[in-house]
Amino acid sequence: MEGSLNMVGYGLAAIGPGVGIGLIFAAYISGVARQPEARSVLQGIAILGFALAEALAIIGIGLAFAL
Amino acid sequence: MNAWRTVAMSEEFHAPGPGDFDYPPLFGWFTKPMLIVVLGTLVVGAFFYFASRRASIVPGKLQFAAEGFYGFVRNQIAADAIGREGIKYVPYLATLLAFLVALNISGIIPPLQFPATSKIAIPLFLAVISWVIYNYVGIRRQGFGGYFTNMMFPSGVPPLIYPLLAPIEFLSTVVFRPVTLTLRLTFNMFAGHLVLLLCILGGEFLLLHVRGLVGFSAGAVAILFGIVMTFFEGFIQLLQAYVFVLLSAIYIGGALTHDH
Repeated sequence: MEGSLNMVGYGLAAIGPGVGIGLIFAAYISGVARQPEARSVLQGIAILGFALAEALAIIGIGLAFAL
Repeated sequence: MNAWRTVAMSEEFHAPGPGDFDYPPLFGWFTKPMLIVVLGTLVVGAFFYFASRRASIVPGKLQFAAEGFYGFVRNQIAADAIGREGIKYVPYLATLLAFLVALNISGIIPPLQFPATSKIAIPLFLAVISWVIYNYVGIRRQGFGGYFTNMMFPSGVPPLIYPLLAPIEFLSTVVFRPVTLTLRLTFNMFAGHLVLLLCILGGEFLLLHVRGLVGFSAGAVAILFGIVMTFFEGFIQLLQAYVFVLLSAIYIGGALTHDH
């Protein structure tokens, strides 16, 4: 077995965005469950929040390969 | 370790890595990602050309598809993120979305099977175009000083926060937005392609080069998982094209309004 410690570090770093994305979609699902007619409004906001939280994980994988 | 060696016979599995993204030139300096970019441009151009060539009031199949696509960008992206003024930017956003969808989805189309947007140059160039557009639009609307003042000193914030907020807002708008647009798309495609390579190459190795029931069953599971991941990757590729365009529209909308 060989590999880079960077990948272990990336695994740890991905915990944060993972929790964040989970919270965003949990809020989106409960929002739609309470008010199904608000779905179209909530969808764009949820995807925007998902994209912003995901950026952290993506920067992490970029640095894991680059450093 | 030794047990694994005997199971795996003499050959060793080489895990896919960033090196698998460097293609040798097909001829001269022309590589496979370049071919995909050219093909994607031709497909998108041909689609819209033939869809709008004989436009009629009762649309045909192709015209209906193009109108549905254009209407989606206009109503779901531009109208939501920018507002009434968004109509002006729909041509750019629709072109961007069509181009990104073509380049992303090439990652799961059999003869190509490489997402051209996992090469950082392509998302970087598109992000720079979006960056130029939203800064130009903001400066034209609010004036050079007004644009940066409204960006760095938003109203409704206690003045004591400004020393902390102003540099963050400035860096976020001028530096981090294009950088995150680029990196998000590039590394989503990069990581997705790497997962597919790992599933398929690892499954092939287990099926064909490892003796015994363990290798065969593990290889079959890996190949099946690779097929499932291919469809999931297709979904991610469409979603990331949408996210790129949605964020571009939101940045344009933010530059047009005074307080966000």
